[in-house]
Amino acid sequence: MRIRKDRLLAVVLISPSVLAIAIFVYAFIAWTMRASVSAWKGLLPDYTFVGLTNFVTLFRNPRFQIDMRNTGIFTVLFLATCLAIGLVLAVLLDQRPKGEAVFRNVYLFPMAISFIVTGVVWRWLLNPATSVERLSGLNLLFHQAGLDFLISQWYTHSRLGIAAIVIPATWQMSGFTMALYLAGLRSVPDELREAARVDGASEWQIYRYIVLPMLNAVTLSAIIMLGHTSLKIFDLVMAITQEGGKGFSADVPAMNMWYTAFRALRFGQGAAIAIIILVSVAVLIVPYLVYTFRTEVEQ
Amino acid sequence: MKQRIARVFLYVLLVGAAVFYLTPIYVLLVTGFKSFQEVNLATMWALPSGVYLDNFAAAFVKLAPNLSNSLSLTVAGTIISAFLGSLNGYVLSKWKFRGADALFTAMLFGMFIPYQSILIPLVRFMQTIGLYGRLWGLVLVHVIYGIPMTTLIFRNYYATVVPNEMVEAAHMDGADLLGIYRHVMLPLAIPGFVVVMIWQFTSIWNEFLFAVTLTSPRYWPVTVALQNLAGSQIVEWNVQMAGAFLAALPTLLVYIFMSRFFLRGLMAGALKG
Repeated sequence: MRIRKDRLLAVVLISPSVLAIAIFVYAFIAWTMRASVSAWKGLLPDYTFVGLTNFVTLFRNPRFQIDMRNTGIFTVLFLATCLAIGLVLAVLLDQRPKGEAVFRNVYLFPMAISFIVTGVVWRWLLNPATSVERLSGLNLLFHQAGLDFLISQWYTHSRLGIAAIVIPATWQMSGFTMALYLAGLRSVPDELREAARVDGASEWQIYRYIVLPMLNAVTLSAIIMLGHTSLKIFDLVMAITQEGGKGFSADVPAMNMWYTAFRALRFGQGAAIAIIILVSVAVLIVPYLVYTFRTEVEQ
Repeated sequence: MKQRIARVFLYVLLVGAAVFYLTPIYVLLVTGFKSFQEVNLATMWALPSGVYLDNFAAAFVKLAPNLSNSLSLTVAGTIISAFLGSLNGYVLSKWKFRGADALFTAMLFGMFIPYQSILIPLVRFMQTIGLYGRLWGLVLVHVIYGIPMTTLIFRNYYATVVPNEMVEAAHMDGADLLGIYRHVMLPLAIPGFVVVMIWQFTSIWNEFLFAVTLTSPRYWPVTVALQNLAGSQIVEWNVQMAGAFLAALPTLLVYIFMSRFFLRGLMAGALKG
Protein backbone atom coordinates (compact mmCIF):
# COMPACT_ATOMS: atom_id res chain seq x y z
CA MET A 1 0.00 0.00 0.00
CA ARG A 2 2.66 2.45 1.10
CA ILE A 3 4.88 1.40 -1.83
CA ARG A 4 2.05 1.93 -4.24
CA LYS A 5 1.45 5.43 -2.88
CA ASP A 6 5.15 6.26 -3.31
CA ARG A 7 5.19 4.81 -6.83
CA LEU A 8 2.29 7.05 -7.72
CA LEU A 9 3.97 10.07 -6.14
CA ALA A 10 7.13 9.36 -8.17
CA VAL A 11 5.13 9.58 -11.38
CA VAL A 12 3.37 12.73 -10.17
CA LEU A 13 6.68 14.39 -9.31
CA ILE A 14 8.20 13.81 -12.70
CA SER A 15 5.11 14.58 -14.76
CA PRO A 16 5.53 18.39 -14.94
CA SER A 17 8.97 17.90 -16.52
CA VAL A 18 7.73 15.20 -18.86
CA LEU A 19 4.82 17.39 -19.89
CA ALA A 20 7.10 20.38 -20.42
CA ILE A 21 9.44 18.37 -22.67
CA ALA A 22 6.47 16.83 -24.51
CA ILE A 23 5.14 20.30 -25.31
CA PHE A 24 8.28 22.41 -25.67
CA VAL A 25 10.29 19.83 -27.59
CA TYR A 26 8.01 17.36 -29.37
CA ALA A 27 4.81 19.35 -29.90
CA PHE A 28 6.78 22.44 -30.90
CA ILE A 29 8.78 20.46 -33.46
CA ALA A 30 5.49 19.19 -34.91
CA TRP A 31 4.22 22.78 -34.93
CA THR A 32 7.35 23.95 -36.78
CA MET A 33 6.84 21.14 -39.31
CA ARG A 34 3.30 22.33 -39.85
CA ALA A 35 4.55 25.89 -40.33
CA SER A 36 7.19 24.71 -42.81
CA VAL A 37 4.47 23.55 -45.21
CA SER A 38 2.38 26.69 -44.76
CA ALA A 39 2.18 30.04 -46.53
CA TRP A 40 2.79 31.97 -43.27
CA LYS A 41 4.26 35.40 -43.98
CA GLY A 42 3.85 38.40 -41.72
CA LEU A 43 2.96 38.70 -38.06
CA LEU A 44 -0.31 36.75 -38.14
CA PRO A 45 -0.06 32.98 -38.60
CA ASP A 46 -1.44 31.62 -41.84
CA TYR A 47 -1.51 27.84 -41.99
CA THR A 48 -2.70 27.53 -45.59
CA PHE A 49 -1.14 24.28 -46.80
CA VAL A 50 1.35 24.85 -49.62
CA GLY A 51 3.01 21.44 -49.77
CA LEU A 52 6.76 21.46 -50.19
CA THR A 53 6.86 24.88 -51.88
CA ASN A 54 9.00 26.39 -49.09
CA PHE A 55 11.57 23.63 -49.41
CA VAL A 56 11.66 23.83 -53.21
CA THR A 57 12.11 27.61 -53.04
CA LEU A 58 14.93 27.14 -50.53
CA PHE A 59 16.92 24.69 -52.58
CA ARG A 60 16.70 27.06 -55.54
CA ASN A 61 17.68 30.06 -53.44
CA PRO A 62 21.32 31.14 -54.03
CA ARG A 63 21.76 32.22 -50.42
CA PHE A 64 20.63 28.85 -49.10
CA GLN A 65 22.90 27.06 -51.57
CA ILE A 66 25.81 29.05 -50.16
CA ASP A 67 24.65 28.16 -46.63
CA MET A 68 24.63 24.42 -47.36
CA ARG A 69 28.07 24.60 -48.92
CA ASN A 70 29.36 26.69 -46.00
CA THR A 71 27.97 24.27 -43.40
CA GLY A 72 29.67 21.39 -45.20
CA ILE A 73 33.05 23.15 -45.36
CA PHE A 74 32.73 24.42 -41.80
CA THR A 75 31.75 21.05 -40.31
CA VAL A 76 34.57 19.15 -42.00
CA LEU A 77 37.28 21.70 -41.16
CA PHE A 78 36.01 22.33 -37.63
CA LEU A 79 35.85 18.62 -36.78
CA ALA A 80 39.24 17.90 -38.33
CA THR A 81 41.06 20.74 -36.55
CA CYS A 82 39.39 20.18 -33.18
CA LEU A 83 40.04 16.44 -33.20
CA ALA A 84 43.64 16.86 -34.36
CA ILE A 85 44.53 19.67 -31.94
CA GLY A 86 42.61 18.01 -29.11
CA LEU A 87 44.37 14.69 -29.59
CA VAL A 88 47.84 16.21 -29.91
CA LEU A 89 47.41 18.37 -26.81
CA ALA A 90 46.04 15.41 -24.84
CA VAL A 91 48.99 13.21 -25.82
CA LEU A 92 51.40 16.03 -24.88
CA LEU A 93 49.74 16.49 -21.49
CA ASP A 94 49.72 12.74 -21.01
CA GLN A 95 53.56 12.95 -20.79
CA ARG A 96 52.92 14.63 -17.43
CA PRO A 97 54.91 17.82 -18.03
CA LYS A 98 55.57 20.28 -15.22
CA GLY A 99 52.65 22.66 -14.85
CA GLU A 100 50.26 20.19 -16.47
CA ALA A 101 47.23 21.59 -14.63
CA VAL A 102 48.08 25.15 -15.70
CA PHE A 103 48.39 24.19 -19.36
CA ARG A 104 45.16 22.18 -19.19
CA ASN A 105 43.24 25.07 -17.67
CA VAL A 106 44.63 27.51 -20.25
CA TYR A 107 43.53 25.25 -23.13
CA LEU A 108 40.08 24.73 -21.69
CA PHE A 109 39.09 28.18 -20.44
CA PRO A 110 37.49 29.36 -23.73
CA MET A 111 34.74 26.79 -23.08
CA ALA A 112 33.60 28.92 -20.15
CA ILE A 113 32.91 32.06 -22.17
CA SER A 114 30.14 32.76 -24.62
CA PHE A 115 30.37 32.58 -28.40
CA ILE A 116 29.32 36.24 -28.41
CA VAL A 117 32.36 37.34 -26.41
CA THR A 118 34.59 35.13 -28.56
CA GLY A 119 32.99 36.60 -31.65
CA VAL A 120 33.44 40.23 -30.55
CA VAL A 121 37.13 39.71 -29.86
CA TRP A 122 37.84 37.66 -32.99
CA ARG A 123 35.91 40.14 -35.12
CA TRP A 124 38.76 42.56 -34.47
CA LEU A 125 41.50 39.97 -34.74
CA LEU A 126 40.07 38.93 -38.09
CA ASN A 127 39.60 42.48 -39.33
CA PRO A 128 39.39 42.02 -43.11
CA ALA A 129 40.98 45.32 -44.17
CA THR A 130 43.98 44.51 -46.38
CA SER A 131 45.32 47.92 -47.45
CA VAL A 132 48.55 48.67 -45.56
CA GLU A 133 47.41 51.89 -43.87
CA ARG A 134 44.24 50.25 -42.49
CA LEU A 135 45.68 46.93 -41.30
CA SER A 136 44.68 45.70 -37.86
CA GLY A 137 44.32 42.51 -35.88
CA LEU A 138 46.13 39.43 -37.18
CA ASN A 139 46.80 41.09 -40.54
CA LEU A 140 48.69 43.86 -38.74
CA LEU A 141 50.63 41.32 -36.70
CA PHE A 142 51.60 39.42 -39.87
CA HIS A 143 52.66 42.67 -41.55
CA GLN A 144 54.79 43.72 -38.58
CA ALA A 145 56.43 40.28 -38.56
CA GLY A 146 57.19 40.54 -42.27
CA LEU A 147 54.77 37.74 -43.11
CA ASP A 148 52.65 39.76 -45.53
CA PHE A 149 51.74 36.69 -47.58
CA LEU A 150 49.55 35.57 -44.65
CA ILE A 151 47.40 38.71 -44.81
CA SER A 152 43.85 37.61 -45.54
CA GLN A 153 40.36 38.93 -46.17
CA TRP A 154 39.23 36.40 -43.54
CA TYR A 155 35.46 36.00 -43.28
CA THR A 156 34.82 38.33 -46.23
CA HIS A 157 36.68 36.12 -48.70
CA SER A 158 34.11 35.16 -51.33
CA ARG A 159 34.89 31.44 -51.53
CA LEU A 160 36.64 30.61 -48.24
CA GLY A 161 35.13 33.17 -45.87
CA ILE A 162 33.53 30.43 -43.82
CA ALA A 163 36.93 28.83 -43.16
CA ALA A 164 37.94 31.94 -41.19
CA ILE A 165 35.13 31.21 -38.72
CA VAL A 166 36.72 27.82 -38.05
CA ILE A 167 39.64 29.59 -36.28
CA PRO A 168 37.62 31.14 -33.42
CA ALA A 169 35.36 28.08 -33.27
CA THR A 170 38.40 25.84 -32.85
CA TRP A 171 39.86 28.28 -30.35
CA GLN A 172 36.72 27.83 -28.27
CA MET A 173 36.09 24.09 -28.60
CA SER A 174 39.44 22.33 -29.12
CA GLY A 175 40.21 22.47 -25.40
CA PHE A 176 37.04 20.51 -24.79
CA THR A 177 38.19 17.86 -27.28
CA MET A 178 41.54 17.81 -25.47
CA ALA A 179 39.76 17.20 -22.14
CA LEU A 180 37.75 14.32 -23.63
CA TYR A 181 40.87 12.69 -25.08
CA LEU A 182 42.87 13.23 -21.91
CA ALA A 183 40.17 11.51 -19.85
CA GLY A 184 40.27 8.67 -22.39
CA LEU A 185 44.07 8.41 -22.23
CA ARG A 186 44.08 8.38 -18.46
CA SER A 187 41.63 5.47 -18.46
CA VAL A 188 44.09 3.27 -20.37
CA PRO A 189 45.59 1.02 -17.67
CA ASP A 190 49.29 1.67 -16.97
CA GLU A 191 49.93 -2.11 -16.84
CA LEU A 192 49.04 -2.33 -20.52
CA ARG A 193 51.67 0.24 -21.49
CA GLU A 194 54.15 -1.29 -19.08
CA ALA A 195 53.66 -4.73 -20.61
CA ALA A 196 54.21 -3.33 -24.11
CA ARG A 197 57.34 -1.53 -22.94
CA VAL A 198 58.69 -4.77 -21.49
CA ASP A 199 58.02 -6.44 -24.84
CA GLY A 200 60.25 -3.80 -26.43
CA ALA A 201 57.66 -1.54 -28.04
CA SER A 202 58.73 2.08 -28.61
CA GLU A 203 56.65 4.92 -27.14
CA TRP A 204 55.37 5.71 -30.62
CA GLN A 205 54.33 2.09 -31.19
CA ILE A 206 52.56 2.01 -27.83
CA TYR A 207 50.43 4.98 -28.84
CA ARG A 208 49.89 3.80 -32.39
CA TYR A 209 48.87 0.19 -31.65
CA ILE A 210 47.63 0.16 -28.07
CA VAL A 211 46.45 3.54 -26.84
CA LEU A 212 44.88 5.17 -29.91
CA PRO A 213 42.63 2.21 -30.81
CA MET A 214 41.19 2.47 -27.29
CA LEU A 215 40.14 6.05 -27.95
CA ASN A 216 37.60 5.26 -30.68
CA ALA A 217 34.65 5.70 -28.32
CA VAL A 218 36.01 9.11 -27.27
CA THR A 219 36.39 10.15 -30.90
CA LEU A 220 32.78 9.16 -31.54
CA SER A 221 31.54 11.24 -28.57
CA ALA A 222 33.64 14.19 -29.70
CA ILE A 223 32.29 13.95 -33.26
CA ILE A 224 28.73 13.92 -31.94
CA MET A 225 29.27 16.93 -29.67
CA LEU A 226 31.27 19.00 -32.17
CA GLY A 227 29.11 17.95 -35.11
CA HIS A 228 25.88 19.09 -33.58
CA THR A 229 27.47 22.35 -32.44
CA SER A 230 28.69 23.00 -35.95
CA LEU A 231 25.42 22.18 -37.75
CA LYS A 232 23.47 24.72 -35.70
CA ILE A 233 26.19 27.35 -35.21
CA PHE A 234 24.68 30.82 -34.93
CA ASP A 235 25.99 33.12 -32.17
CA LEU A 236 29.59 33.08 -33.31
CA VAL A 237 28.79 33.88 -36.93
CA MET A 238 26.37 36.56 -35.82
CA ALA A 239 28.93 38.25 -33.56
CA ILE A 240 31.72 38.16 -36.13
CA THR A 241 29.85 38.97 -39.32
CA GLN A 242 26.61 40.61 -38.09
CA GLU A 243 24.82 39.63 -41.31
CA GLY A 244 26.76 36.74 -42.80
CA GLY A 245 29.83 38.43 -44.23
CA LYS A 246 30.32 39.87 -47.68
CA GLY A 247 27.76 38.39 -50.06
CA PHE A 248 26.98 35.70 -47.46
CA SER A 249 30.61 34.56 -47.56
CA ALA A 250 30.29 33.24 -44.01
CA ASP A 251 26.52 32.71 -43.81
CA VAL A 252 25.10 29.51 -42.26
CA PRO A 253 21.57 28.01 -42.21
CA ALA A 254 20.88 29.09 -38.62
CA MET A 255 21.62 32.73 -39.53
CA ASN A 256 19.44 32.50 -42.60
CA MET A 257 16.64 30.97 -40.51
CA TRP A 258 16.77 33.75 -37.92
CA TYR A 259 16.78 36.59 -40.42
CA THR A 260 14.14 34.96 -42.62
CA ALA A 261 11.75 34.31 -39.75
CA PHE A 262 12.32 37.16 -37.30
CA ARG A 263 13.48 39.99 -39.55
CA ALA A 264 11.77 39.31 -42.88
CA LEU A 265 8.79 37.68 -41.09
CA ARG A 266 8.66 34.86 -43.65
CA PHE A 267 7.81 32.27 -41.02
CA GLY A 268 6.89 29.45 -43.43
CA GLN A 269 10.27 29.74 -45.12
CA GLY A 270 12.10 30.12 -41.79
CA ALA A 271 10.38 27.00 -40.43
CA ALA A 272 11.51 25.05 -43.50
CA ILE A 273 15.16 26.01 -42.81
CA ALA A 274 14.68 25.03 -39.16
CA ILE A 275 13.39 21.61 -40.18
CA ILE A 276 16.37 21.07 -42.47
CA ILE A 277 18.75 21.92 -39.61
CA LEU A 278 16.81 19.59 -37.30
CA VAL A 279 16.97 16.69 -39.75
CA SER A 280 20.72 17.14 -40.24
CA VAL A 281 21.27 17.10 -36.46
CA ALA A 282 18.88 14.17 -35.92
CA VAL A 283 20.73 12.03 -38.48
CA LEU A 284 23.77 12.46 -36.24
CA ILE A 285 22.14 12.24 -32.79
CA VAL A 286 19.34 9.69 -32.95
CA PRO A 287 21.50 6.62 -33.76
CA TYR A 288 23.87 7.71 -30.99
CA LEU A 289 21.07 8.07 -28.41
CA VAL A 290 19.51 4.74 -29.40
CA TYR A 291 22.92 3.06 -29.20
CA THR A 292 23.69 4.57 -25.76
CA PHE A 293 20.26 3.57 -24.48
CA ARG A 294 20.67 -0.01 -25.75
CA THR A 295 24.08 -0.52 -24.19
CA GLU A 296 22.77 0.84 -20.90
CA VAL A 297 19.89 -1.65 -20.95
CA GLU A 298 22.31 -4.49 -21.71
CA GLN A 299 24.41 -3.55 -18.70
CA MET B 1 70.34 13.43 -25.02
CA LYS B 2 67.62 12.36 -27.42
CA GLN B 3 65.18 12.31 -24.56
CA ARG B 4 66.23 15.79 -23.49
CA ILE B 5 65.52 17.16 -26.99
CA ALA B 6 62.11 15.46 -26.96
CA ARG B 7 61.38 17.08 -23.61
CA VAL B 8 62.32 20.55 -24.89
CA PHE B 9 60.19 19.98 -27.98
CA LEU B 10 57.27 18.99 -25.73
CA TYR B 11 57.45 22.28 -23.84
CA VAL B 12 57.82 24.30 -27.03
CA LEU B 13 54.58 22.78 -28.33
CA LEU B 14 52.75 23.23 -25.02
CA VAL B 15 53.79 26.87 -24.72
CA GLY B 16 52.99 27.52 -28.39
CA ALA B 17 49.48 26.20 -27.87
CA ALA B 18 49.09 28.31 -24.72
CA VAL B 19 50.06 31.42 -26.73
CA PHE B 20 47.28 30.63 -29.24
CA TYR B 21 44.65 30.32 -26.49
CA LEU B 22 45.83 33.41 -24.63
CA THR B 23 46.26 35.78 -27.60
CA PRO B 24 42.62 36.99 -27.63
CA ILE B 25 42.81 37.59 -23.88
CA TYR B 26 46.02 39.59 -24.38
CA VAL B 27 44.34 41.82 -26.97
CA LEU B 28 41.27 42.15 -24.78
CA LEU B 29 43.30 43.29 -21.79
CA VAL B 30 45.84 45.59 -23.48
CA THR B 31 43.00 47.31 -25.30
CA GLY B 32 40.87 47.55 -22.19
CA PHE B 33 43.62 49.18 -20.11
CA LYS B 34 44.60 51.82 -22.68
CA SER B 35 43.49 55.42 -22.31
CA PHE B 36 41.09 56.78 -24.92
CA GLN B 37 43.93 58.82 -26.50
CA GLU B 38 46.10 55.76 -26.92
CA VAL B 39 43.54 53.59 -28.62
CA ASN B 40 44.38 53.14 -32.26
CA LEU B 41 43.86 50.16 -34.52
CA ALA B 42 47.42 50.56 -35.83
CA THR B 43 48.89 50.00 -32.35
CA MET B 44 46.46 47.27 -31.38
CA TRP B 45 49.21 44.88 -30.19
CA ALA B 46 51.22 47.44 -28.19
CA LEU B 47 51.12 47.47 -24.40
CA PRO B 48 49.28 50.38 -22.73
CA SER B 49 51.44 53.18 -21.32
CA GLY B 50 49.81 52.77 -17.94
CA VAL B 51 46.70 51.32 -16.37
CA TYR B 52 43.65 53.32 -17.41
CA LEU B 53 40.10 52.29 -16.71
CA ASP B 54 38.40 54.60 -19.25
CA ASN B 55 37.28 51.77 -21.48
CA PHE B 56 35.96 49.60 -18.68
CA ALA B 57 34.11 52.55 -17.18
CA ALA B 58 32.54 53.44 -20.53
CA ALA B 59 31.55 49.81 -21.17
CA PHE B 60 30.18 49.41 -17.66
CA VAL B 61 27.96 52.49 -18.02
CA LYS B 62 26.53 51.01 -21.21
CA LEU B 63 26.15 47.44 -19.98
CA ALA B 64 25.24 47.83 -16.29
CA PRO B 65 21.47 47.33 -16.76
CA ASN B 66 22.15 44.27 -18.91
CA LEU B 67 24.63 42.78 -16.46
CA SER B 68 21.96 43.16 -13.84
CA ASN B 69 19.38 41.46 -16.11
CA SER B 70 21.81 38.62 -16.74
CA LEU B 71 22.41 38.22 -13.03
CA SER B 72 18.69 37.96 -12.14
CA LEU B 73 18.04 35.67 -15.08
CA THR B 74 20.96 33.39 -14.31
CA VAL B 75 20.45 33.13 -10.56
CA ALA B 76 16.72 32.41 -10.85
CA GLY B 77 17.17 29.98 -13.74
CA THR B 78 20.04 28.14 -12.06
CA ILE B 79 18.29 27.60 -8.73
CA ILE B 80 15.00 26.41 -10.22
CA SER B 81 16.77 24.14 -12.73
CA ALA B 82 18.96 22.53 -10.11
CA PHE B 83 16.01 21.79 -7.84
CA LEU B 84 13.93 20.35 -10.68
CA GLY B 85 16.84 18.29 -11.97
CA SER B 86 17.55 16.83 -8.54
CA LEU B 87 13.93 15.64 -8.20
CA ASN B 88 13.81 14.22 -11.72
CA GLY B 89 17.15 12.49 -11.31
CA TYR B 90 16.01 11.00 -8.00
CA VAL B 91 12.83 9.56 -9.48
CA LEU B 92 14.53 8.28 -12.63
CA SER B 93 17.36 6.58 -10.73
CA LYS B 94 15.66 5.25 -7.59
CA TRP B 95 11.96 4.95 -8.42
CA LYS B 96 12.10 3.50 -11.90
CA PHE B 97 8.63 2.76 -13.22
CA ARG B 98 8.00 0.78 -16.39
CA GLY B 99 9.28 2.78 -19.36
CA ALA B 100 11.35 5.13 -17.18
CA ASP B 101 14.53 4.54 -19.19
CA ALA B 102 12.82 5.07 -22.54
CA LEU B 103 11.25 8.22 -21.16
CA PHE B 104 14.66 9.44 -20.04
CA THR B 105 16.14 8.86 -23.51
CA ALA B 106 13.21 10.74 -25.03
CA MET B 107 13.97 13.62 -22.65
CA LEU B 108 17.65 13.59 -23.58
CA PHE B 109 16.79 14.25 -27.20
CA GLY B 110 15.66 17.69 -26.03
CA MET B 111 19.26 18.46 -25.11
CA PHE B 112 20.52 17.99 -28.63
CA ILE B 113 17.85 19.59 -30.77
CA PRO B 114 18.82 22.74 -32.60
CA TYR B 115 16.65 25.35 -30.90
CA GLN B 116 15.85 26.88 -34.29
CA SER B 117 13.41 23.99 -34.69
CA ILE B 118 11.21 25.13 -31.78
CA LEU B 119 11.81 28.87 -31.91
CA ILE B 120 8.83 30.00 -33.98
CA PRO B 121 6.23 28.10 -31.86
CA LEU B 122 8.04 29.24 -28.73
CA VAL B 123 7.62 32.91 -29.66
CA ARG B 124 3.91 32.37 -30.40
CA PHE B 125 3.47 30.48 -27.13
CA MET B 126 5.20 33.16 -25.06
CA GLN B 127 3.07 35.83 -26.72
CA THR B 128 -0.07 33.86 -25.86
CA ILE B 129 0.79 33.45 -22.17
CA GLY B 130 1.96 37.08 -21.96
CA LEU B 131 5.61 36.40 -21.12
CA TYR B 132 7.07 37.46 -24.48
CA GLY B 133 9.67 40.19 -24.10
CA ARG B 134 9.93 39.70 -20.33
CA LEU B 135 12.77 38.38 -18.23
CA TRP B 136 10.59 35.77 -16.50
CA GLY B 137 9.70 34.32 -19.86
CA LEU B 138 13.37 33.77 -20.56
CA VAL B 139 13.86 32.19 -17.11
CA LEU B 140 11.03 29.75 -17.86
CA VAL B 141 12.58 28.85 -21.21
CA HIS B 142 16.00 28.18 -19.68
CA VAL B 143 14.48 26.06 -16.94
CA ILE B 144 12.54 23.94 -19.43
CA TYR B 145 15.32 23.41 -21.94
CA GLY B 146 17.70 22.80 -19.03
CA ILE B 147 15.63 19.81 -17.83
CA PRO B 148 17.41 17.16 -19.96
CA MET B 149 20.92 18.14 -18.87
CA THR B 150 20.15 18.70 -15.18
CA THR B 151 18.17 15.45 -15.03
CA LEU B 152 21.01 13.59 -16.76
CA ILE B 153 23.65 14.83 -14.33
CA PHE B 154 21.58 14.09 -11.22
CA ARG B 155 20.34 10.72 -12.48
CA ASN B 156 23.87 9.50 -13.12
CA TYR B 157 25.13 11.08 -9.93
CA TYR B 158 22.54 9.42 -7.70
CA ALA B 159 22.93 6.11 -9.54
CA THR B 160 26.67 6.00 -8.82
CA VAL B 161 26.87 7.72 -5.42
CA VAL B 162 23.81 6.52 -3.52
CA PRO B 163 23.47 2.69 -3.31
CA ASN B 164 19.98 1.31 -3.87
CA GLU B 165 20.31 -0.62 -0.57
CA MET B 166 20.47 2.69 1.28
CA VAL B 167 17.18 3.82 -0.25
CA GLU B 168 15.58 0.43 0.50
CA ALA B 169 16.78 0.52 4.10
CA ALA B 170 15.34 3.99 4.60
CA HIS B 171 12.11 2.76 3.10
CA MET B 172 12.05 -0.20 5.53
CA ASP B 173 12.51 2.26 8.36
CA GLY B 174 9.28 3.92 7.31
CA ALA B 175 10.56 6.88 5.28
CA ASP B 176 8.42 7.68 2.28
CA LEU B 177 9.54 8.97 -1.13
CA LEU B 178 9.85 12.59 -0.08
CA GLY B 179 11.36 11.68 3.30
CA ILE B 180 14.12 9.71 1.58
CA TYR B 181 14.74 12.61 -0.78
CA ARG B 182 14.95 15.07 2.07
CA HIS B 183 16.98 13.02 4.56
CA VAL B 184 19.03 10.59 2.43
CA MET B 185 19.49 12.06 -1.05
CA LEU B 186 19.82 15.81 -0.45
CA PRO B 187 22.64 15.59 2.10
CA LEU B 188 24.62 13.41 -0.34
CA ALA B 189 23.76 15.52 -3.37
CA ILE B 190 25.87 18.62 -2.69
CA PRO B 191 28.59 17.82 -5.28
CA GLY B 192 25.83 17.06 -7.80
CA PHE B 193 24.26 20.43 -7.09
CA VAL B 194 27.60 22.18 -7.55
CA VAL B 195 28.15 20.55 -10.95
CA VAL B 196 24.61 21.28 -12.15
CA MET B 197 24.59 24.85 -10.86
CA ILE B 198 27.91 25.68 -12.49
CA TRP B 199 26.69 24.13 -15.71
CA GLN B 200 23.42 26.07 -15.72
CA PHE B 201 25.06 29.30 -14.57
CA THR B 202 27.53 29.14 -17.44
CA SER B 203 24.99 28.11 -20.08
CA ILE B 204 22.35 30.65 -19.10
CA TRP B 205 24.81 33.52 -18.70
CA ASN B 206 26.36 32.79 -22.10
CA GLU B 207 23.16 32.05 -24.02
CA PHE B 208 22.23 34.24 -26.96
CA LEU B 209 19.61 32.75 -29.33
CA PHE B 210 16.67 32.60 -26.89
CA ALA B 211 17.63 35.94 -25.38
CA VAL B 212 17.81 37.84 -28.66
CA THR B 213 14.54 36.32 -29.89
CA LEU B 214 12.45 36.51 -26.72
CA THR B 215 13.38 39.67 -24.81
CA SER B 216 12.68 43.33 -25.44
CA PRO B 217 15.63 45.79 -25.15
CA ARG B 218 14.76 46.64 -21.55
CA TYR B 219 15.35 43.04 -20.49
CA TRP B 220 18.27 42.22 -22.74
CA PRO B 221 20.88 40.13 -20.98
CA VAL B 222 24.51 41.10 -21.48
CA THR B 223 25.16 38.82 -24.49
CA VAL B 224 22.48 40.54 -26.55
CA ALA B 225 23.55 44.01 -25.44
CA LEU B 226 27.18 43.24 -26.24
CA GLN B 227 26.31 41.96 -29.69
CA ASN B 228 24.34 45.15 -30.19
CA LEU B 229 27.32 47.30 -29.12
CA ALA B 230 29.52 45.39 -31.53
CA GLY B 231 27.09 45.99 -34.36
CA SER B 232 26.78 49.72 -33.83
CA GLN B 233 28.99 52.09 -35.78
CA ILE B 234 29.07 54.64 -32.95
CA VAL B 235 30.62 52.58 -30.17
CA GLU B 236 34.41 52.37 -30.45
CA TRP B 237 36.03 48.94 -30.73
CA ASN B 238 38.02 49.49 -27.54
CA VAL B 239 34.80 49.93 -25.58
CA GLN B 240 33.45 46.77 -27.24
CA MET B 241 36.55 44.89 -26.07
CA ALA B 242 36.15 46.16 -22.52
CA GLY B 243 32.47 45.17 -22.67
CA ALA B 244 33.41 41.69 -23.85
CA PHE B 245 35.70 41.36 -20.86
CA LEU B 246 32.95 42.43 -18.45
CA ALA B 247 30.52 39.96 -20.05
CA ALA B 248 33.05 37.14 -19.78
CA LEU B 249 34.22 37.87 -16.24
CA PRO B 250 31.55 36.07 -14.14
CA THR B 251 31.81 32.74 -15.94
CA LEU B 252 35.59 33.06 -16.15
CA LEU B 253 35.78 33.49 -12.38
CA VAL B 254 33.55 30.48 -11.86
CA TYR B 255 35.83 28.53 -14.19
CA ILE B 256 39.03 29.65 -12.49
CA PHE B 257 37.82 28.75 -9.01
CA MET B 258 35.76 25.68 -9.81
CA SER B 259 37.30 24.20 -12.94
CA ARG B 260 37.08 20.66 -11.54
CA PHE B 261 33.28 20.83 -11.26
CA PHE B 262 32.99 22.68 -14.54
CA LEU B 263 34.85 19.87 -16.26
CA ARG B 264 32.60 17.26 -14.68
CA GLY B 265 29.54 18.96 -16.16
CA LEU B 266 31.18 19.05 -19.57
CA MET B 267 32.03 15.38 -19.37
CA ALA B 268 28.54 14.42 -18.21
CA GLY B 269 27.14 15.90 -21.38
CA ALA B 270 29.58 14.05 -23.58
CA LEU B 271 30.14 10.68 -21.99
CA LYS B 272 26.82 9.52 -20.61
CA GLY B 273 27.81 8.65 -17.07
